[in-house]
Amino acid sequence: MSVVIHRVDKSFKEFRALKQVDLRLDSGELFGVIGPDGAGKSTLFRIIASLLAPDSGRCEVNGFNVVRDYREVRRLIGYMPGRFSLYMDLSVEENLNFYARVFGTSVRANYELIREVYRHIEPFKKRLAKRLSGGMKQKLALSCALIHRPQVLVLDEPTTGVDAVSRGEFWELLESIRQEGITILVSTPYMDEAERCDRVALMQKGRVLDVADPSEIGKGDMLPIYALRSNREVYPFLKRIRKLEGCRSAWLFGDELHVTLKAPQHASAFRKEIAGWEDDSLKWVPISPSIEDRFMWLMTEAGEAGTAPGSMNENNSLSEDYKYT
Amino acid sequence: MKRFFGLVSKEFQHIFRDVRTLVILFGLPVVMIVLFGYVVTNEIRDVKIVVWDRSGDQLSREAVSKILSSGYFILAGYLDREEEIESLFRSGEAKVAVIFEHDFEKNLVREKKAAIRLVTDASDANSAQLALNYLQGVLTGFFMSLDQDVSLPWAVDIKTRMFYNEEMRGVYMFVPGLMALILMLISSLMTSVTITREKEFGTMELLLASPLKPVEIILGKVTPYVLLSLVNAATIILLGYLVFRVPVMGSIWILMLECLLYITLALSLGVLISTHASTQQIAMVFSMVGLLLPTILLSGFIFPIDNMPKILQWFSSIMPARWFIVIVKNVMLKGTGMAFIWKETLILLGMTVFFILAALKRFNIRLE
Amino acid sequence: MIDSDTDVIRVRELVKKFGSFVANDRLSFRVHKGEIFGFLGANGAGKTTTIRILCGLSYPTSGEIEVAGHDVYTQRERIKRKIGYMSQKFSLYEDLTVSENIRLYAGIYGLDRRYILQREKQLLQQLGLQDIQNQFIRKIPLGWKQKLAFSVAVFHKPAIVFLDEPTGGVDPITRRQFWEMIHEVTREGITVFVTTHYMDEAEYCDRVSIMVDGRIEALEPPAVLKERYNCGDMNEVFIKLARKQ
Repeated sequence: MSVVIHRVDKSFKEFRALKQVDLRLDSGELFGVIGPDGAGKSTLFRIIASLLAPDSGRCEVNGFNVVRDYREVRRLIGYMPGRFSLYMDLSVEENLNFYARVFGTSVRANYELIREVYRHIEPFKKRLAKRLSGGMKQKLALSCALIHRPQVLVLDEPTTGVDAVSRGEFWELLESIRQEGITILVSTPYMDEAERCDRVALMQKGRVLDVADPSEIGKGDMLPIYALRSNREVYPFLKRIRKLEGCRSAWLFGDELHVTLKAPQHASAFRKEIAGWEDDSLKWVPISPSIEDRFMWLMTEAGEAGTAPGSMNENNSLSEDYKYT
Repeated sequence: MKRFFGLVSKEFQHIFRDVRTLVILFGLPVVMIVLFGYVVTNEIRDVKIVVWDRSGDQLSREAVSKILSSGYFILAGYLDREEEIESLFRSGEAKVAVIFEHDFEKNLVREKKAAIRLVTDASDANSAQLALNYLQGVLTGFFMSLDQDVSLPWAVDIKTRMFYNEEMRGVYMFVPGLMALILMLISSLMTSVTITREKEFGTMELLLASPLKPVEIILGKVTPYVLLSLVNAATIILLGYLVFRVPVMGSIWILMLECLLYITLALSLGVLISTHASTQQIAMVFSMVGLLLPTILLSGFIFPIDNMPKILQWFSSIMPARWFIVIVKNVMLKGTGMAFIWKETLILLGMTVFFILAALKRFNIRLE
Repeated sequence: MIDSDTDVIRVRELVKKFGSFVANDRLSFRVHKGEIFGFLGANGAGKTTTIRILCGLSYPTSGEIEVAGHDVYTQRERIKRKIGYMSQKFSLYEDLTVSENIRLYAGIYGLDRRYILQREKQLLQQLGLQDIQNQFIRKIPLGWKQKLAFSVAVFHKPAIVFLDEPTGGVDPITRRQFWEMIHEVTREGITVFVTTHYMDEAEYCDRVSIMVDGRIEALEPPAVLKERYNCGDMNEVFIKLARKQ
């Protein structure tokens, strides 16, 4: 066990940021925590990085308690906070040197470890950090977090606000770091990135909804899910689907709609109904759910989307008069 | 140690790369000294005086005409009651009153002793002081010239009194005051801002998550400012001497050590502020309103402490600057040694220890 | 409700230079009325520069640009009245309440007071925010905040609304609800100009432009792009284009 989180609670005044969180990370694993803003990811990561003490419960990193043995924890952890912790008025090289000295090491001593990451930005090593692009800042921050050869790397939303290309490159880098035997804990709001992890935890409102292998996602208690496609205008199509009896949920999903039914027995009636719409382009296929589907399923099962003000489900008042043509 | 030097050298990089910081650090003291020196002009002209000649003899009349012929003063009128002085001062019709005692000439001749009282409106302390100096000069010159006629020895006792500002305030006064102000500004404002900047940009989070101890982080942040503030103190003393001829009568080493103590105190205040403020802006407001304003208003720098209401006097005694100004005035202007300032020094030392402890207690090993 | 004959944004040969650096290199495109126009690009590709110019916040170096029928060189104030803007970084005042924010923005556009109150009520009901209308913005979750910010940005019925990464960090359900709101306003004839890093959201746009190094590499409906570049989804298209250089 590399990181053990046992029934951790954390509140800020009346706001409960973490509720009974339980997680266990194996050594050398690439573990993803997926969830939107406000799910409690950053709070959880700060507890692991010994920056916050849990109200109750226990958190250990390689056997060291993050409250009692915080000194040891800080030595063996590499932490990259949500905002890239770089000194904007220092150059790339100076940032890296600074963090190396803070940890009592040198860039040369650990160059091999960071080379894969650092070589992307090394040509710009004299440039001030503030003049780097988002993707380059992210790589520099990662180099800084790695510079003391940590055993556990904790990355809080490293890809937020970064474009899809840089994000892809970043995950390739994480893969190469994992080859060095470093345990990686990474959070992201992008569900598609979950596929790159060995295991993921889905988090929402301070709770871990599920922990699973990305390929196993959806093998649990989920109702069958269908993808619907049509060449017609998608939004009216969506609203019409939602009005059908038996429709539990229908959401935009790329160029399709993903639909779940209240019960499997509604399927045939549903199919018959849409067959009557005389839309030749309409296709209806059962699919295996993606992580995002799974997440949305768990959110609605937990009743969290339904109770959220502003949820725009069937009961919303916008344009009920529209007719599908 | 290596970690510590890493922090210090990084802090110097921040300072020397930021033009604004550099301007505040090195431009501000110079500008303030020169500005004060300019405002506190050494020239006086056409000061309005009123005369209450209770004697009305030959000598007192000659003295008055001597004063008026000096070119610095113009006569606003004669009085016959002391009570009128204040209303004239209030309305601004006169700045100085010259009062001759009864039988001025007779006293001088018979008893070899006579008195003149000079009363000034000292709400503008510096020009009042200047006017008095000039008046005294003119009168002394006049009586000296009488020397040959009057049989010696004799004495004209010139008593001065300053309205609204009873305490005698020299032109030199502004150098110690300015020193207290600038060192407070640089040390506390700059440290609180530099520490909160790390909080704001999230770099503090990483420093905390590293094996650095809180003490190391704080020392690494403030050490550069200790050095720079000492340079500043020296600059102010040097400028005061070169531009305004303000001497250092006492030991320069004692003076610098006292500066170091005061700087340390201001820095610990800065650290304390930074532990409460989450953004640079808040830290700035805290330092400005919480430290600078009271330092200016309550330290005796501008307004004399004795004239304050009791409650403000009490407040002024918790102003570090108040004690520091006393120390600097003693060492610089009076040339006294530790024997006369140990009490103030002890007070500053006590405050320093208190604020350091408070700052360390507040500066957490974690984020909250 | 796309009206392909009416263009609300016309850009011809837009160039913006910062010193020797060319942020926008001869961009030309048109945005139709009522369209959802996806404006994609890698970080640093020049998107923000373009949006700032279109919103009348900065001048182009050269080029002919018309927004909502007004020229960006001479009629910036008129443009500002006809557009709405919302970004992830700044949208609402954290220390004002929900209601106060709505009234503040509506007031800025000089709307009639009675009209504001009536629309406000309607809006709060639509968003289900009646119960928390007197809560400070900083107290409400990001997802609600973003939906409210969007409603505020279209409160004065602008011709075009610019959305700069409006859904960053928002949960998947709220993100979809947000897009349903976008679809909804286009039916009132409002044009939506949107940037995003979520590539599934690119699919919801009527047309998508992909910017690479200050230039527009492609501008087509998503389906056309996928077919042309032989990709299964917009993510692949994006990576193919953005990595090409």
